[in-house]
Amino acid sequence: MSQELVCITCPMGCRLTVDTLTDGSLEVSGNRCARGIKYANEELLAPKRMVSATARIAGAGHEALDAIARLPVRTTVAYPKEGVLELLAAIYALNVALPVKRGDVLIKDYKGSGVDVIAARTLS
Amino acid sequence: MKELNFDAVVIGGGAAGMAAAIELDTAGFSCAIVEREEGLGGILGQCIHNGFGLIEFNEELTGPEFAERMEERLTGSKIASFTGTTVMEMDARAEIKTLYCYTAKYGVLRLNARAIVLAMGCRERNRGNIRIPGDRPAGVYTAGLAQRLVNIEGLVPGKNAVIIGSGDIGLIMARRMSWVGCKVHAVVEILPYPSGLTRNIVQCLHDFGIPLYLSHLTTRIIGKDRVEGVEVTPIENGAMMHEKAFVIPCDTVLLSVGLVPENELSKTAGVELNPMTNGPVVDSMLMTNVPGVFACGNVLHVHDLVDYVAEEARRAGQNVARWLKGDKPSREARLKAGSNVRYLAPSRVDLDRDNKLYLRTLIVKNGAMLEVKVNNRVVKTQKKSHIQPSEMITVELGPKDLESAAGSPDPVVEVSIN
Ligand SMILES: Cc1cc2nc3c(=O)[nH]c(=O)nc-3n(C[C@H](O)[C@H](O)[C@H](O)COP(=O)(O)OP(=O)(O)OC[C@H]3O[C@@H](n4cnc5c(N)ncnc54)[C@H](O)[C@@H]3O)c2cc1C
Ligand code: SF4
Repeated sequence: MSQELVCITCPMGCRLTVDTLTDGSLEVSGNRCARGIKYANEELLAPKRMVSATARIAGAGHEALDAIARLPVRTTVAYPKEGVLELLAAIYALNVALPVKRGDVLIKDYKGSGVDVIAARTLS
Repeated sequence: MKELNFDAVVIGGGAAGMAAAIELDTAGFSCAIVEREEGLGGILGQCIHNGFGLIEFNEELTGPEFAERMEERLTGSKIASFTGTTVMEMDARAEIKTLYCYTAKYGVLRLNARAIVLAMGCRERNRGNIRIPGDRPAGVYTAGLAQRLVNIEGLVPGKNAVIIGSGDIGLIMARRMSWVGCKVHAVVEILPYPSGLTRNIVQCLHDFGIPLYLSHLTTRIIGKDRVEGVEVTPIENGAMMHEKAFVIPCDTVLLSVGLVPENELSKTAGVELNPMTNGPVVDSMLMTNVPGVFACGNVLHVHDLVDYVAEEARRAGQNVARWLKGDKPSREARLKAGSNVRYLAPSRVDLDRDNKLYLRTLIVKNGAMLEVKVNNRVVKTQKKSHIQPSEMITVELGPKDLESAAGSPDPVVEVSIN
C-alpha cells in the first residue's frame, strides 16, 4: 500500500511517498533529510505536534494597548497530538513572573512525557 | 535637531536589517539601524509558531527566538541602533544621502550616510485593496493584526471566525485562533490552489477539520454593527455560480490576502519599482537605480522563509561594503522572466561572480523543469519535483554558467519553467 504525506517537520514541506512493506515496516521516499522518515513513521502510528502558544505574564494587564502582555512559549519537542488541548490548558493556566530568559523551563516533563514547555523570548 | 554621520544606514531592524548591518560592521564600516518599533526583530516578534532558522541556525525556532538570536550577534558590534525612530523622508540625490527621522527622544534626527539599505519589510493588503463589497461592520481584521493582538497583546478578536485568503499568515492564525478557543469555520480562497505553504494546510487546517473552499469568492460581508456572516460564491470554469452562493455565519473575518513591500519611502526618493513584486528593481549587487541605495528582505520581494531573508540581506550587506570600497561589477547581464516565471530578483547577474536568484512561478506542477538560457541558448537545467506559486525557488548561477554571455554587447539571461 502506498500513501502520500507532506512532511511538516520543517518548512521545506517534502512530499513523501510511504510504502508499507510485507513485514509491516514503512519505506519512505521523497524526503530531503532523515527527519522525514521519522515523521512518516510517527504520523502513521502516533502523530505528534510542536505546540507554540503564549502565557500570561504576572501583573500585565490590558490597560496599555500595544504593550507586551503575553510571553511566547513552546514545547521543546513535538507532543502527542491527542493531548495538545490539555497541554494548552496547562500553558494558559501559567502566570509567569518576570524577568524570564529565553529557554527558561516553565513546565517540566509534562505528565511524564519528557516534553518541557520553555520561554521563547527574554522579557524583563 | 541632532545630526549624525555614518558610512551606511539601514532602514528597518527586522531580520533583513540586522543581517545587513552585521556584515557592514564586520567589514569595518560605521553603520546604524533605524527601527520604528521599540525593539528590533520586526515581524518575527508576533510569529510565535516554530519554523524559523532551520538554515540560519540549523535549529527549528519560533520567530521571537530567531529575532533574539540575531540580536545577540549585534552585541559586541559597533552598530548604532535607533529604536522607536521612524524614517520620515529620504534624500538620496547627492553622494551623501540624508534621512530625516522622527523620534520621541530627540524629535527630528538627521542621519547622513554614503549608502542606505532599504529593509522596511512589507505590509498586509487590506479589505480596501481587494474590494470586498457589503456592509462595514466591526470585526474585520487583517490576519497579521489579529496575530499581533492575540500573541503580544493577549486579546482574542472574536469567537467564530472565517478567514478570507489562504496565505500563510491566515493559515497560521486558523490554528492559533483554534488553540485559543475560537471556532474557525472556513478558509475561503479565490484561486484553485492554496497560496500558503503545504505544511501549513496540513498542520493548521486538516488537524482542526477546517474546510478550505478553493475557487470561491467572498461576495459580501454581512452585519449591522458587528460581522454576522460572509456570503461566498463558487467559481466554476471562470464563471460565478450565483445560484450556488451560501452564507457562513461568523462574528469575525480575518483577511490573509497577500503582502506588499513597504516602499512609500523608496518611491519618494526616486527608486524605481518592479510592478510584479512592488519592490525595487535591483542589479546584481542588490542596488536600486539610485546609486548607493540598496534593498533586501521583504521590502525587495516577499519571502516565505526568514532564512532566505537573512541570506539575501547578508549578501546585500557584503555588497554595500564592496561598493563603499569602490568595487563594482565589471560585466552584468539582464535577467528575463521566461515562461511560467512570475518574477526574478535581482534583475541582473554579475558575469564574474556567483549569483543567487530567487523566483516565483505562476504554475502548480509535479516534475517541472527549470531552464536557464543565455542569449537563447540553454546553459543550465534543474529538475523540480514539485513547484507552486507560494514556494519560492532558488537558482545559483556562476561564471561558468554565464561564460557564453561574456562576448555579447547586451547579454540576456532568461529563466523559464516548463
Ligand atoms: C505571519 C507570518 C508567518 C511567517 N512564517 C514563517 C515561517 O514559518 N518560517 C519562516 O522562515 N519565515 C516565516 N515568515 C517570513 C519571515 O518572518 C519574514 O519574511 C521576515 O521576518 C521578514 O524580515 P524583514 O526584515 O524583511 O521585514 P520585517 O520583519 O517586516 O522588518 C521590517 C522592519 O522595518 C521597520 N520599518 C518600516 N518602515 C520604517 C521606517 N520608515 N522607519 C523605521 N523603521 C521602519 C518595521 O517596523 C519593521 O520592524 C512569516 C512571516 C509572517 C508575516
Ligand atoms: S524531510 Fe527533512 S527537509 Fe523535508 S520537510 Fe521533512 S524535515 Fe524538512
